[in-house]
Amino acid sequence: MEEALFFAAAIGALGGAVTVIAMRNPFYSVLGLIVHLFSLAVLFLLLTSAFVAAAQVVVYAGAVMVLYVFVVAYVGGGGESAWEPIPGQRFLAPLLGLALFVELSIAILGSSLLALSTDGPDVKAGFGDPAAIGRLLLEKFLLPFEASSILLLLAAVGAVVLAARRREAQA
Amino acid sequence: MTIEWFLVLSALLFSTGAVGILIRRSPMVILLCLELMLNAGNLALVAFSRMVGNAEGQIFAVIVMVVAACEVVVGLGLIVAIFRRRLPLNVDDLRELRG
Amino acid sequence: MSATAWAWLVLLFPLLGSIAIGLGYRVLPQKAAGAIGTLSIALAFACGIGALLSLLGDEPEARHHASSLWDYASAAGLDIKLGIFVDPLSVFMVLVVTGVSTLIHLYSYGYMQSDEGYHRFFSYLNFFVFSMLLLVLAGNFVLLIVGWAFVGFASYALISFWYRRETATRAGMKAFVINVVGDIGLVLAAFLIFRELGSFDYGAVFERAPDAFSTNEWTIVAICLLLLVGAFAKSAQLPLHTWLPDAMEGPTPVSSLIHAATMVTAGVYLIARTHVLFELAPTAADVAAFVGLATLLVAGTMALVMTDLKRAIAYSTMSQIGYMVMGVAIGAYSAGMFHLMTHAFFKALLFMAAGSIIAAMANDQNIDRMSGFGRAMRFTSIAMLAGGLALAAFPGTSGFFSKDEILAFAEARGGMYVVFAVLGYAGALLTAVYTFRLIFRILPGRPCAEAQELIETGHVAHEAPKNPATGEPEDTDVGFPGPEHHIAEQNWPMRAAMAVLAVLAIVGGLVQIPGVVHVISDFLEPVFESSHLAHIHPSAGDEWRGLAIGAVISLLGIGIAWFFYVAGPERPRQLEARLRPLHTLFANKWYFDELIDLLVVRPALAVGRFADRVFERFVVDGLVSGTAETVRGAGGVVRAVQNGFVRSYALLLIAGFAGLALYFLLASS
Repeated sequence: MEEALFFAAAIGALGGAVTVIAMRNPFYSVLGLIVHLFSLAVLFLLLTSAFVAAAQVVVYAGAVMVLYVFVVAYVGGGGESAWEPIPGQRFLAPLLGLALFVELSIAILGSSLLALSTDGPDVKAGFGDPAAIGRLLLEKFLLPFEASSILLLLAAVGAVVLAARRREAQA
Repeated sequence: MTIEWFLVLSALLFSTGAVGILIRRSPMVILLCLELMLNAGNLALVAFSRMVGNAEGQIFAVIVMVVAACEVVVGLGLIVAIFRRRLPLNVDDLRELRG
Repeated sequence: MSATAWAWLVLLFPLLGSIAIGLGYRVLPQKAAGAIGTLSIALAFACGIGALLSLLGDEPEARHHASSLWDYASAAGLDIKLGIFVDPLSVFMVLVVTGVSTLIHLYSYGYMQSDEGYHRFFSYLNFFVFSMLLLVLAGNFVLLIVGWAFVGFASYALISFWYRRETATRAGMKAFVINVVGDIGLVLAAFLIFRELGSFDYGAVFERAPDAFSTNEWTIVAICLLLLVGAFAKSAQLPLHTWLPDAMEGPTPVSSLIHAATMVTAGVYLIARTHVLFELAPTAADVAAFVGLATLLVAGTMALVMTDLKRAIAYSTMSQIGYMVMGVAIGAYSAGMFHLMTHAFFKALLFMAAGSIIAAMANDQNIDRMSGFGRAMRFTSIAMLAGGLALAAFPGTSGFFSKDEILAFAEARGGMYVVFAVLGYAGALLTAVYTFRLIFRILPGRPCAEAQELIETGHVAHEAPKNPATGEPEDTDVGFPGPEHHIAEQNWPMRAAMAVLAVLAIVGGLVQIPGVVHVISDFLEPVFESSHLAHIHPSAGDEWRGLAIGAVISLLGIGIAWFFYVAGPERPRQLEARLRPLHTLFANKWYFDELIDLLVVRPALAVGRFADRVFERFVVDGLVSGTAETVRGAGGVVRAVQNGFVRSYALLLIAGFAGLALYFLLASS
């Protein structure tokens, strides 16, 4: 049962990823990414990380992707021309991607970490619950928590500055 | 369905995102591929967190999501600014910084 | 005071004079500069007398003293001191140099009066005297070379004294370059001496030489030949003589001092000083004698056809020094030195008189335009006549006794040296002819325009100033001769100096009359005692016979000159027409300048051109620019990576990461 779910989610994730990189219209790429994100949420659930799955759906697929949709609608999405100005890029890119994948796989599969070939240890019932995450965030990882909030503030200010209409420049 | 599967999947998604960055020319889509790679990293983190048995990896994943969100915000702001100035939205045409 | 203390003072005064005048050229008035210059040399002469008296107080065998102030270089087997050597030979040279120099300074006091560079002149002149004295008093070869080089510099500075004249600067450079060739010979000889004998000091060298070398061993011959290269360059002997006629571009006092009395005699002094070495290498000594003889004759023929007054006297100098070189080379040391002294007197006098006449001619030096000065300038004519008689070895004059003493010695030595004597007499005939050619051209006859002006108005002729060699018009500013011309009749310092020299030229020979008086040879005897040649004495009868032959030849020469230049003014032209090729050869100075140009100058220029066009351009530039170009090319290649495409950067990044991962995978397997 879990394997079937795993494979379904994996295919969804991969499909979404391929859609992102292959579609001419950026709008379809955005949709592909949304599918990918949902599939990843399922995978997180399979790993008993409920909070992360929820955050993925709500924050990522919900907020970030909506932002993308708005911008794609504003900017529009044309096709890209077929001609490749950088010689060899079209040829080297998939090659390097494949090389990267092969190397990472060898690293993973050949690893001497024995725990990799298990399902993981038995965890308590509250593993991955919001309560557990919340406790960690406020006790052990308070500093990163606060730092990330400052980061969000900076990003917001930056975005406003970047996209603001200049008084003298025309839109 | 051991941890390895998740990690291999994560590697595959990561490579896919990398290839996407290399072959697409629209900055929008490049940002999307960047999201792919970040998510692949998130998957690996959560998998390891499950393998180890404590939730610290998940905290890391949450922070990564925060960072990804900020980065997307700024990136999209850049794209909007470029679009506003009627410049072509094509990374190959935006190449004044060169030696 | 000891002789060496006097000798140090002799060196000090001219040096101080030079520095004082040189530094004070703005503050010192002209007369003061001239006075300081003359006085310093006069003081040096006085100290020379002091040294002489002190030396005479010693026993003849002990009349050699060395003294040093401080160590020049003492390391690794070298022991060079700043040392002088006082013995009869050096004191003799000191007296001749300072004595004649004092008179020439006095002459210049008047002659250079209107020159803008007056102070510079006296500073240089004093420096020259200092260098010459250093050369003469040096006690080791290093200091000799130092003095030698300084003298060369002073000669250059004084020849190109009127430096805005291009002919003068070129002449100065020519003199200096040929001098440097001589310096090379001298320095190499010094190196060889040090290598063979282990010291530069005169005492040590001359002591060790007879034991270290067998006669005519190739090292000692090489040493002596190298010394000769130096001597010939300085003394203007064949083939390194081409600088001397050009050196007449300098002011007349310079010609008189440097190129008659002192600098050109340095070579003779050198051979006399190193006679120990030359006697060990008779081959080299014979080479020197041959060169002296050849110069004597060749220069005599050239003087015969010269139309420039100063150049004719210059060739005469060359010829007379040929006599001196021949003399000291064959062993007639004191005779050679005696002739050096008398020659200094009468040649300096001749140049002074020539200067006076040239001034009257408004700087024109062509004797074809001069005539009748016997009436226009009485004093100068008498002085010139005195000098000319001495040069022609007229019986009773100083030149008579000195020249014939050399030739008598040559005859007494026998063997092939009799040929030297015979040819030497032929040269004496030539000397008399060309000397009186000059005198009979210039002095008697109808006065030329300038002389006429002088007789009638008493004014010296005054034309727009121009270069006597090329005829180009000139300025009278600094670097050119001054606007006024000074003749002896109107200038007492010139008269005083010439009078003293005229008296010396006539009676100066009476210190060495064969069989009667032997002042010079007695005085110089201790120096040459070790020499086996100096003991060859012609008998008194032979000497008187030589004198008689000399007298006959001299009168014959004067008679021939009379025949051609007074009795029949057409005859020289007819003779020239008949012997045209010979005349051309002599007038073109035996084509030595052209030969040297072909053999030395052109190859050197070709080497220079090759170095510039090929070596510099391809090798040096290739290395330097090539390095720069390589770096630039490499930079260009690396720069191509920054092409501005973000995607290619990403590609490189991922490629690098893949490579790194591969490395770690391989390393850990």
